[in-house]
Amino acid sequence: MNKAIDAIIKKYHQDRTRLMDILIDTQDAFGFIHESAADQIAETLDISRVDLEQTISFYHFFSQKSRGKYTVYLNDSAVAHMHGRKEVAKAFEKEAGCKFGGVTDDGLIGLFNTSCIGMNDQEPAAIVNGTVFTRLTPFRVKEIIKDIRDGVQVEDMFRASYGDGNNSLELIKAVVNNNIMKKGPVLSSDYTSGEAIKKIITQGPNDVIEEVKTSNIRGRGGAGFPTGLKWDFCRKARGEKKYVFCNADEGEPGTFKDRVIMTERPRLLFEGMAVAAYAIGAEEGILYLRYEYKYLQRFLESILEEMRYNNLLGKNIGGKKGFNFDIRIQFGAGAYVCGEESALIESAEGKRGEPRDRPPFPVEKGYLEQPTIVNNVETLCSVVKVIINGGEWYKKFGTRESTGTKLLSVSGDCRYPGVYEVEWGFSITDILEMVGAEHVQAVQVGGPSGSCIGPNEFERILGYEDLATGGSMIIINNRRDILKDIVLNFTDFFIEESCGSCTPCRTLPVLMKDKLVKIIQNKGVMQDLMDIERWSGIMKANRCGLGHTALNPILSTLKNFRHLYLDKIQKEIEFDTGFRLEEAVKIGKLVTNRN
Amino acid sequence: MNQLIKFKIDGKECMGEKGQNIVDAAKDNQIYIPTLCNIPGIKPRGACRICTVRVNGRLMTACTSPIAEGMEIESKSVDIENLRKAIIELLFTEGNHFCPSCERSGSCDLQALGYKYQMLIPRFKFQFTDRAVEASHPKLIKDHNRCILCKRCIRAIKDEKGRSLFAFGKRGHHVEINIDTKLSKDMTDEQALEATEICPVGAILKKERGFIEPIGQRKYDKQPIGSDIETLEH
Repeated sequence: MNKAIDAIIKKYHQDRTRLMDILIDTQDAFGFIHESAADQIAETLDISRVDLEQTISFYHFFSQKSRGKYTVYLNDSAVAHMHGRKEVAKAFEKEAGCKFGGVTDDGLIGLFNTSCIGMNDQEPAAIVNGTVFTRLTPFRVKEIIKDIRDGVQVEDMFRASYGDGNNSLELIKAVVNNNIMKKGPVLSSDYTSGEAIKKIITQGPNDVIEEVKTSNIRGRGGAGFPTGLKWDFCRKARGEKKYVFCNADEGEPGTFKDRVIMTERPRLLFEGMAVAAYAIGAEEGILYLRYEYKYLQRFLESILEEMRYNNLLGKNIGGKKGFNFDIRIQFGAGAYVCGEESALIESAEGKRGEPRDRPPFPVEKGYLEQPTIVNNVETLCSVVKVIINGGEWYKKFGTRESTGTKLLSVSGDCRYPGVYEVEWGFSITDILEMVGAEHVQAVQVGGPSGSCIGPNEFERILGYEDLATGGSMIIINNRRDILKDIVLNFTDFFIEESCGSCTPCRTLPVLMKDKLVKIIQNKGVMQDLMDIERWSGIMKANRCGLGHTALNPILSTLKNFRHLYLDKIQKEIEFDTGFRLEEAVKIGKLVTNRN
Repeated sequence: MNQLIKFKIDGKECMGEKGQNIVDAAKDNQIYIPTLCNIPGIKPRGACRICTVRVNGRLMTACTSPIAEGMEIESKSVDIENLRKAIIELLFTEGNHFCPSCERSGSCDLQALGYKYQMLIPRFKFQFTDRAVEASHPKLIKDHNRCILCKRCIRAIKDEKGRSLFAFGKRGHHVEINIDTKLSKDMTDEQALEATEICPVGAILKKERGFIEPIGQRKYDKQPIGSDIETLEH
């Protein structure tokens, strides 16, 4: 028996619902979860090895084999590629002396690809042993690999200085930049921690819910469910305990605004969770934070500690008897689907992040079978401002259907990528002018699961009534090959991130990718386009949002950029298997030296 | 008796008990909704999606959705039947299913549904996925080629302490079902047989047992799937 692992398991009270924490700590301590560790954890928690492994193998950042003393996770998102990811990856392979997906012979360095790490405004970026490196160049890679070989600590590997704002704090020490380009009510510095709590304790929970309802605020994660209504359902649901979850798993490629909020306005976020707790009657809150942002852990925990000290968390908050609420941070381990609220809850219970069947909805039966609300980081922050200034005040921002502001994460081909807090109702043209983007061929609104639109639609506005978005805006200029550079990358992303539970989501995107590659290689025919359109309806039978939107990269470009597909397909023939005998036997011929 | 509620399936008036899921309620009204991952008596999971129906314009799985008063369920419309056929085809092309040489031919739910939906050549390309046949467990053979990842075995087969003998591994199109090496050593013959029977296809087979019922005299050789619930119109 290993004492260190025993201590980790005891730290989490041998509680199998805390399996994620146990695995994360084990992985962090040993670099991977080895055979004997897995045996020990399974035995102590009284679960079978396969059961344990089904959780381990679900998450990208867990491994049962060593991934090297230094593990490099290089972001593989489309925007990273726009900014020279290919050269950076090549430099890593050359300097380290191993290929991506492998570990050097001496076991020192492991190179791995990873889905978007929330740094699209400063790509190419990588995570090395938990430390984020941004704006990588082949030269910078040489320096990093040299530092690794020289035994330099990862957090000391910076060459200039740490990033702006709180990024340079002792507790964060990250080279990450906030790139806040436009502030509004959420990002405004005009906020005193505890203001909303002071106000709500003079009111009843129902008054708080009514105020939120008045504001008409809707969920900022993308789905847009009315927040007040969600809270009301949860307040009325019966349960022994209730839970407030904050969804900080922003995994949609191109979003990074929650990272900036948590770096600069963590008190606002935690106060929002306390307001929600007061409204629904919860005593426990969980911030479900993506593993990619683990570098914020010590900082966020210090803020929680400070708020406890200031009586803004803990027992009898603000002096109000019986208002007890505290927050813990739950890390994920690399799975986009955990951004779906029921998958997030499953993950927080120590299981695979597979979305649940609904009904029941989380507001009735969520975390540990109890009524639970799951709200986005930005939603909770906005709510604090609603409470302080009133729902009527909030409605002055935005449009009738979409009140308030939205934080946009802008990246891609523009001069000023970063976070922009704008009122709902801005048109795409407004935004392109704001961020310094010219010769724009397309804008990917809402990330890969959203839609790709062209100039003829740039007058459309951001809002639930027109272009709903979780905030990811990727700008694509006219030098890009949309099919190859964007659509293929996004399709690979969805194939990688499917949980694999529903038949259509597990199988169909793989088949669609084959079609896409066939078209890109000029082997496609009209029938392929018709197949894609006809088959896409099958995806509606999937359980969750990921499954419903996984083909959007292909479908929205097939609709809005049809000419790109039509240009690629063969018009003179009606049928092509895509098979080429010459290509298929090429390697065989080389080996056997025959022509 | 539980509260009775009225609902409709494809326009037909039905009655069911409150809390019943659509599949079971339909069955009580002699209406067959095809299922693969569903097992009576065990919490449904909605994994295969074959039982998809439409209610109020929304697709939902009939095995996981409870009936409600006045609910109007669409199950046999052309597009939904086509959707089910497509899912069957997806499963056939995802794995490697060679019915003529399979021990479960004639008693396989997937094959029976293939017949029901008159699948000839799947519209999708065969994936010819490289999958293993695992024979290292003393009582069981796990043929990953035939596995449709329905999770029936995961949900149904536990040891006396409630531990899972079967579990998912990996994610996405790499998903597979694994058997616990340690627990499978102590598996009883009864459990091994139960696992074989719980599997809707021929992916889990008990060792040293095969072709007990001759081909041609098996469950679906005698009557098509679903005909015990609903008389098929022909």
